[in-house]
Amino acid sequence: MSSSRKIGEPILVVDDISLSFGGVRALQNVSFDVCEHEIRAIIGPNGAGKSSMLNVINGVYHPQIGTVTFKGETRHHVDPHHAASQGIARTFQNIALFRGMTVLDNIMTGRNLKMRTNFLQQALWVGPARREEMEHRLKVEEVIDFLEIQHIRKTPVGRLPYGLQKRVELGRALAAEPELFLLDEPMAGMNTEEKQDMCRFILDVNDQFGTTIVLIEHDMGVVMDLSDRVVVLDYGRKIADGKPDEVRGDQAVIDAYLGVAH
Amino acid sequence: MAESALDTFPRLLLHHAKVRGDRPATREKDLGIWQTWTWSEVAVEVRSLACGLAELGFKRGDNLAIIGDNRPRLYWAMTAAQCLGGVPVPLYQDAVAQEMTFVLENAEIRFAIVEDQEQVDKLLEIKSQCPQLQHILYDDPRGLRHYTQTEIQSLDEVMEMGRIHDRNQPDFLDGEIAKGRPEDVAVMLYTSGTTGQPKGVCQTHAAFITAAKTGCEFDKLGPDDEILSYLPMAWVGDHLFSYAQAIYAGFTINCPESGDTVITDLREIGPTYYFAPPRVFENLLTQVMIRMEDAGAIKRWMFHYFMEVARRCGAEILDGKSEVTATDRLLYSFGNLFVYGPLRNVLGMSRIRVAYTAGAAIGPDLFRFYRSIGINLKQLYGATETCAAVCLQPDGQIKFDTVGPPAPGVEVRIADNGEVLVRGQVMLKEYYKRPDATAESIDAEGYFHTGDAGFFDPDGHLKIIDRAKDVGKLANGAMFAPNYIENKLKFFSYIKEAVAFGHGRDMVCAFINIDLGAVGNWAERRNIGYSGYTDLAQRQEVYSLIGECVEKCNAELALDAVLSNSQVHRFLILHKELDPDDDELTRTRKVRRGFVAEKYKVLIDALYSGKHSQFIETQVKFEDGRSGMINADLRITDAKVFDIAAGKKAA
Repeated sequence: MSSSRKIGEPILVVDDISLSFGGVRALQNVSFDVCEHEIRAIIGPNGAGKSSMLNVINGVYHPQIGTVTFKGETRHHVDPHHAASQGIARTFQNIALFRGMTVLDNIMTGRNLKMRTNFLQQALWVGPARREEMEHRLKVEEVIDFLEIQHIRKTPVGRLPYGLQKRVELGRALAAEPELFLLDEPMAGMNTEEKQDMCRFILDVNDQFGTTIVLIEHDMGVVMDLSDRVVVLDYGRKIADGKPDEVRGDQAVIDAYLGVAH
Repeated sequence: MAESALDTFPRLLLHHAKVRGDRPATREKDLGIWQTWTWSEVAVEVRSLACGLAELGFKRGDNLAIIGDNRPRLYWAMTAAQCLGGVPVPLYQDAVAQEMTFVLENAEIRFAIVEDQEQVDKLLEIKSQCPQLQHILYDDPRGLRHYTQTEIQSLDEVMEMGRIHDRNQPDFLDGEIAKGRPEDVAVMLYTSGTTGQPKGVCQTHAAFITAAKTGCEFDKLGPDDEILSYLPMAWVGDHLFSYAQAIYAGFTINCPESGDTVITDLREIGPTYYFAPPRVFENLLTQVMIRMEDAGAIKRWMFHYFMEVARRCGAEILDGKSEVTATDRLLYSFGNLFVYGPLRNVLGMSRIRVAYTAGAAIGPDLFRFYRSIGINLKQLYGATETCAAVCLQPDGQIKFDTVGPPAPGVEVRIADNGEVLVRGQVMLKEYYKRPDATAESIDAEGYFHTGDAGFFDPDGHLKIIDRAKDVGKLANGAMFAPNYIENKLKFFSYIKEAVAFGHGRDMVCAFINIDLGAVGNWAERRNIGYSGYTDLAQRQEVYSLIGECVEKCNAELALDAVLSNSQVHRFLILHKELDPDDDELTRTRKVRRGFVAEKYKVLIDALYSGKHSQFIETQVKFEDGRSGMINADLRITDAKVFDIAAGKKAA
């Protein structure tokens, strides 16, 4: 693993986030930061609030208390649309692709926010729309080349095996040229070879494009190998935060995973 | 500039650049689009590459290793090396690092031009064992940004250096090209080595140009033809078709986007000239059969009905024979409209004027299938040592079980022991640094010993039986040609590979590899679940299925007095596919009989001692070179055998 990236200043700061759904306290006073160009893992037992944390960063859920600061802009409530246009892209645990559309079209939708021509221009297929389509198609083809999915370019996504669908979703998020990448269990349901492939792509994204990555993952091997720093959540609270080796040896973390009576 | 003879490849290239500079020479699908380079553009690129190599110190007589998938720059690198009087040495891109060590050392490689990071990594891994390797030049920069080794350089950089060199010394390259002689070695191709270490076959410009010329004249190939270049560059067949013939005739080579997209790219290009080993045609046929099972009832009926028509008269119609009845002709033309035409289209073969297959003996049934749907598939026979062109089948004289008469300019003789001997311009100059092997293979009269056993039929067409070494005798003295039996078995889409044993034994037994795609599909239709290749291969239902295939094969063998002795009495299905990475097959997927017999000795013993099951544990190599163990209890089954020549079921 080559690591000549410079990890910079915090690009994302999550401050004292508390999120409840009625009586269910999904997150309680969680604070951590993510530095530029690093790979940050969020781990914890099931139900710890990891996906909820990503949803808060992304603006899908609005926390009752706490703020999210991205690239210096602090907001109490983030709108998903705004988060996306600021440069946050994400993948979903259970895949949220358009099953009837081809791989190419799905990844093109990732360019949506970058399209400047209006509806009329695109409908009439005039000059600016055509040029823009070519630009976007070129970028998307580069993503396809990067992820090695040329052979399924025209295949409807619904027909693809799970591992490839996940790769396509990664592609869609990549096509948006994000600065912050939120990956929700990218390795779920994959065998060793597929995990290795996915790891390689994630590392390549981080290395080649300098994208900051926040990653939820259960496979400890992957977490230890890939991430620069780790946040551990349990029952909605942060119980550890630091380098993978520090976190691995932390007693609270071990208890959380092995299960100690609360 | 004095008019020089077109007797070396660089001179041929310059000729095309002058005479048809605007016509497409090379295409590659990249980022979803076909990018084209014309002949004059290719000449410019080759110049830059050659001068760049010269700048780095590549000298006349040096060998240049070329490793990667079919990429324009790798083909151009071959010409660039030849411009400077060097010799390109293409290697198999899927070889693991250790396999490459032998060739790199043997050929004393100092310069290597490789496709991408994967190949760079392999070379770096073995660099300590090949200290003379000083320059690793790569085409695709992906993943190589942080590599700091001094040996590694991008081709872009080298070509830029070359352009500057060419500007400063404009006469240098032309001078070098002028020094080339037709008897210089043009390329070195290492034979796959079913036994022993690979040998570097040195072929001259004259030899390959002769082979190219013969083929082009034979099939009337010209500058308007299109070919898809997807077979390993290290294989003599690809070198003949995509390099020698392309540069001789001036037609266009098209490089597909990646190994996975070949079928789509084939459809997009619609080549006029096509070459594929029998395995590819087998796979295509298997795919077609699988897809047909998915089709609706009407389509299935149409397919089977018209395929029957084709089987009756299709090949004869293609050959222009007159014995076909008018009714059959009418039916065939309907078939063409509804079935064969669309089928050819889906296979990407609509524009094919000539398709060749070679490399291993092809099953007659498979061959007939393609001809019957209007694809002019022909056989050619040759070896790396003969530039692949010993026998060519002429249009209109296609027989399914022969490889045709000797090509123009090639003499073929059968030795007393049945071995095929060849003499002609297309022969190798020598085996690199192996005067002993050279002396062994080329006899006093100048005939090359091919190592294949064969005979001429009454029409003067050569019929290849098997590798001479593999042809054996059963215990009762009857001839045993394993390849023939295996090809018959492999025609069934369910059987991917077969290895027959019987030399010195009283009956023939076989190992079978199932085709995961075809058998998996079959199993799914019958709601048979399975957890992977090994599991599927051991199912009782699959054994019955394969047993039926073996039985059909036996029934056909029983019709011939001699072959009937070779019926398969017992068989087993292997728990894993035979793989070149495990040294069981060569890189061109020929079975390494001796090695397989050694490795699976316990299974062979079990087959012949009447056992009904046998445990086996074997080592496997993963694609990155690591090893693992895989084991299974293999079931062994008897197959129905038929009475000799009577065709009646044996008790």
